[in-house]
Amino acid sequence: MASLISLVNVGKSYFVGDEEQEVLRQVNLAVRQGEMLAILGPSGSGKTTLMNIIGCLDVPTRGEYHLDGVLVANLAEGQLARIRNKKVGFVFQNFQLLPRLTAFANVELPLIYSNFGVAERQGRVMNALEAVGIAHKAGSRPNQLSGGQQQRVAIARAMVTEPAVILADEPTGALDQATGQQVMELFKEFNAVGRTIIMITHDPSVAQHARRVVRILDGQVFEEGDDRYAQGNSRHVAR
Amino acid sequence: MLREILAMSLASIFSNRVRSGLTVLGIIIGVASIIALMLIGRGATDSIQGELAGLGGNRLSITITGTPQKAGLTEENLRQLGTTPFVTAVSPLTSARGYVFANENKKENVRIFGRSNHFFAIDGNAVAQGRALHPLDVGNRHHVAILGASLATELYANRSPLGEKIIIRGREFVIVGVMAASSGFTLTNFNEAIIVPYNVAERALGGSRVNSVEIYFAAGSDVEAVRDGLTASLTGMFDGRSDVFSIANQQEILDMMATITNTLTLLLAGIAAISLLVGGIGIMNMMLVSVTERTNEIGLRKALGAEPAVIMVQFLIEAVVLCVLGGAIGIVVGMALAYLGSLFIGFDFVVTLSPVLLAVGFSVAVGLIFGLVPARKASRLNPIDALRYV
Repeated sequence: MASLISLVNVGKSYFVGDEEQEVLRQVNLAVRQGEMLAILGPSGSGKTTLMNIIGCLDVPTRGEYHLDGVLVANLAEGQLARIRNKKVGFVFQNFQLLPRLTAFANVELPLIYSNFGVAERQGRVMNALEAVGIAHKAGSRPNQLSGGQQQRVAIARAMVTEPAVILADEPTGALDQATGQQVMELFKEFNAVGRTIIMITHDPSVAQHARRVVRILDGQVFEEGDDRYAQGNSRHVAR
Repeated sequence: MLREILAMSLASIFSNRVRSGLTVLGIIIGVASIIALMLIGRGATDSIQGELAGLGGNRLSITITGTPQKAGLTEENLRQLGTTPFVTAVSPLTSARGYVFANENKKENVRIFGRSNHFFAIDGNAVAQGRALHPLDVGNRHHVAILGASLATELYANRSPLGEKIIIRGREFVIVGVMAASSGFTLTNFNEAIIVPYNVAERALGGSRVNSVEIYFAAGSDVEAVRDGLTASLTGMFDGRSDVFSIANQQEILDMMATITNTLTLLLAGIAAISLLVGGIGIMNMMLVSVTERTNEIGLRKALGAEPAVIMVQFLIEAVVLCVLGGAIGIVVGMALAYLGSLFIGFDFVVTLSPVLLAVGFSVAVGLIFGLVPARKASRLNPIDALRYV
C-alpha cells in the first residue's frame, strides 16, 4: 500500500545572511493511512520545520515530498493553500482561534475557503463540534471557553474538512495534565476510526500515546531500532 | 465565498467602531464638501440661467470695451443704432453708486441704475406703485427716481414714497414709482437699487458712460442681419475699429455664464477632492495598522487554506466598505449643506444625479487605491512567520 505521506531525502536550508544553515538533512519518512505518529525532538532539532513541510506551509529545498499522491514542490502560494485546505488539518499549541468569532464560526472557516454552501457547512460544523463533545458551546466565543474546550474547538476545525492528515503541534502544551490527557484520548478515538494523526512534541509522555514514535535530532529523523534513536533518547534525557 | 468575505470585512469594521468611525470621517468630509460645492454650483448656474432665459429672446447686448468706454455712446450714437434695420428699441444702461437721504433716513452705497423707458416697456420690469420712466423723463432729464421694493420699505416703512423728495448724491429727485419685488438672484434683482433716467445718472450723478446697451428687434428677424447692421454702425462710430465692442445674443451670454460657473464649480470640487485624498491616506494608514495587528489572524487563515487572493480581497473589501460608508454619509451631509447654502444665498436647491454618482465612484476608487497597498501586504505575509507573530 502506498504511503499517505512520503518524504525522500528531504532537506531544508535557510540563508542567514550569506551563510547557509541546514535545518533538515536527508529526511526519509513514510506515513501510512490510519497511523498515529509522534515526531519527538528537542527544540532546535528541526521538528517545526519538518511540520511546516508536512503541512505544506513550506516546501523542501531538496528531495521529494508526496502528500496523498500530490508532489509538493515549488508550487505557487495559492496552490499550497488549496492543498492545505483539502488535505491538512492543523492543531496548534495555543489553539489559534479567532477571538471575535464564535466556536461555530471558527470551525466553519476552512469550509468557507473550500467554497461549501451554507447548508453543507452548517451540517459539517455541527457534526465536528459533536464529535469533540462541545456542540452545546457552538455560540460561545473563545474567551468564554476553557483551555480544554478551546483545543476541542481547534480539533473540530482541523477535522471538519475531512483532511488526509491531522497535524498537531504540541497539542497539550498549553493545557494542564488532566485536560491534556482528555485531548490525547480524543486523538486516539479519531485514530481508532481511521484518521491519520501526526503529533509534533518535545515531551516523551505525550509521544507515548502514539503507536509509532520517530525521533528528530539535528535535522535528521531516526526510527525506533536505529542506533541513534537511543542516542537521541539519552541526549533528550540528559537535557 | 464573496458573501462570506464581505461578512468578515463588515464584522472587522464594526468590531473597531471608534477607529473605523474616525477614519471614515476624512472620507465624509471630502465627499460632503464635493457634493455641497457641486450642488451649490449647479443651483447657482440654474438660477442665473433661468433668469437670463426669462428675459426672453429677440435681443442683443452691446458692450463697449477698450478706450472708447471712457466716452461711451452718445445720444446721437444711440439714435443711430435705433435706425438699424429690424431694431425696435435701444435700451442703454449706466450705473453709479452713492448715498441716498430720504424721510430722515440715510443709506450709503446704494446701487443706482440709469435706464430708459424701454427697460420698463420691454423687459417686463413691472412697477408696483406709481409709474415707470416716460420718454419725456429721458428727453428732459427729469430728476425722477423709481425705488426698488426693499429700499422703499427700508426708507419709508409702510408709508407710500410716491411724490416724496429723495436726495441722491446731493441732488434732489422726486420718487415717481416703486418696483415690484423681485425674486431673481442677481441680474434681475433691483430690490435694493434706484432707477433713474440713464442720462441723468450719467451726468448729474457722475455715473458711468453708456457702455452697455440692450438692442431689441422684431420677433422673427434675421439675428445675423441685425448683428451685421449694428457692427457696421458701431465700426463707423469708432473710426473703423471693430475690436472695441462686442455684440452678444442671449444664448452666447447663457453659454458664457455656464462656462464660468461650471469652471468655478469644478475648481472648487477639485479643491474638495484634495480632502478626499487626505481621507484616503487615513484609510490606508488605518488598514496598515490593522494588517499588522491581525498578522496572526492572517497567518491562521492562510494555514486553513485562504489563498493570497482571498486575503487580498478581504482587506480590499474592508477599505472599500469604509470608503463607501463614508461616501454615503458624506452625500447626505453634503446635500444638507447645499440645502442650507441655497436657503442662505437664495437660489434653487437642485439635486442632480451626477455629483452623487461621482462621489460614489470617487469613494470606491479611493478605497481601492488606498486599500491596495495594505491588502497586498496582508496577502504576501508568510503564513509561518505570521502564525508565530504575537
